[in-house]
Amino acid sequence: MTEMIDDQQHLSEFPATRTSPFHPPHAYLKLQAERRLHRVRLPSGLPAVFVTGHDEVRRLLDDERLSADETAPGYPFLYAGAFESPLKGTFMRADGEAHYRIRRMLSKDFTLRRARELRPEVESVVGQCLDDMASAGSADIVRDLAFPVPSRTICGLLGVPYEDREVFETNTRAMIDTTSTQEQMLGAMGAIMAYLTELVAKREQTPSDDLISRLVVEELQAGNLTRDELVTISLILLVGGHETTATMIGLGTFALMEHRDQLDLLLADPEGWPIAVEEILRHQTIVQNPIQRAAVADIPVGDDVIRAGEGVVFVLEAANRDPEAFPEPDRFDVRRSARNHVAFSFGAHQCLGHAIARMELDVVFRMLFERFPTLRLSVPVSDVPLRPNTVGLFGVDSLPVTW
Amino acid sequence: MVVDQDRCCGSGMCASVAPDIFDQSPRDGVVQLLVSQVDAGSLPRVEEALRLCPVAAIELARPVSVPPR
Repeated sequence: MTEMIDDQQHLSEFPATRTSPFHPPHAYLKLQAERRLHRVRLPSGLPAVFVTGHDEVRRLLDDERLSADETAPGYPFLYAGAFESPLKGTFMRADGEAHYRIRRMLSKDFTLRRARELRPEVESVVGQCLDDMASAGSADIVRDLAFPVPSRTICGLLGVPYEDREVFETNTRAMIDTTSTQEQMLGAMGAIMAYLTELVAKREQTPSDDLISRLVVEELQAGNLTRDELVTISLILLVGGHETTATMIGLGTFALMEHRDQLDLLLADPEGWPIAVEEILRHQTIVQNPIQRAAVADIPVGDDVIRAGEGVVFVLEAANRDPEAFPEPDRFDVRRSARNHVAFSFGAHQCLGHAIARMELDVVFRMLFERFPTLRLSVPVSDVPLRPNTVGLFGVDSLPVTW
Repeated sequence: MVVDQDRCCGSGMCASVAPDIFDQSPRDGVVQLLVSQVDAGSLPRVEEALRLCPVAAIELARPVSVPPR
């Protein structure tokens, strides 16, 4: 390696800004077309290997020589002044057994079977939202559908009263906005933690039929988890369980309305929805902040070597547009087989909630367009408010529609 | 075919493409094999499961069993 930072001229802004709501930033795709690995300097001032290729993302995210532990030397913190994340020390920032110890406690509530069991409840919630939309005569998809459905679902799963959603919906936004100061971010997290600490105490007194109660009885009271760990896990599930899916519902609905030919295929053949959901996840990948890892040993990649102590960032939205994995990657094609996308990341840390998210997306899009097949924007496309690149998830802040 | 239950992260991707071959333990979501041998007809779905597994926990260790002619 002759020059550490060889590619900065191609990446003057990071995260880069999208020029179209339906496509990742051009700068990433340009880097991808050039070479498999690039070395860049992040806004934090730290160097990192920038990975945009689909094959490299998949292979490296399943490589034990890359650590998710943010205390590992070279860990690529993204932003200045944020060299410690709210996730420090949690299972999301742990490797091997330390990660799996917690993940195994949770996985049984996130299996395919569990997603299937939750489906009727989600259908009923979506049905109520659509009834409300019908009586109102117009709607904002983000407010009236995208947020209520995943929020209610994760609340039901965890045993968090839905009436208390203001606590986590508002504070989650502050947590994923990279323009928040460290104080704001920790303050927002502290507010949710305080709420959850109280909730856990209640469940210790009177357990109910929900995930937090199960963890209290099976793990906390058995001495496998500390109370702090339980609160943090609840926080991660609550925060990770609603904003991501909500954002995908908003952007996905926007994309479907603006690709009417593709939507018509699905209206004619509703059997195609599960495959279409995979294409929506691939084409409209919402994750703007890359996945971060630190190399703990040298890793040869093609002609290059990622050295021990280098930080590595994985740009999922670019990997999902890699022409080597997806022919004509920019084409939104609801009939393509796109299941091997990396919208939920890859490797041992792949999104725990992906089966539930996939089920929710299938139910929402299917029922929404069946009920309102003529659904369309009620404002010009250019007036749809897009989230800035400083928010960890790309999406729309509102989506006014009529039918 | 063998599966590595220690490696498995419980994603269930295998069970989503081949529910007759893979299942998830109700205890911790870890992969369970419903068959030990894969017939030729199921091979494409098993290969898809292999491709989708995020942690490479599935291995086709033996030749595919082909029914005798």
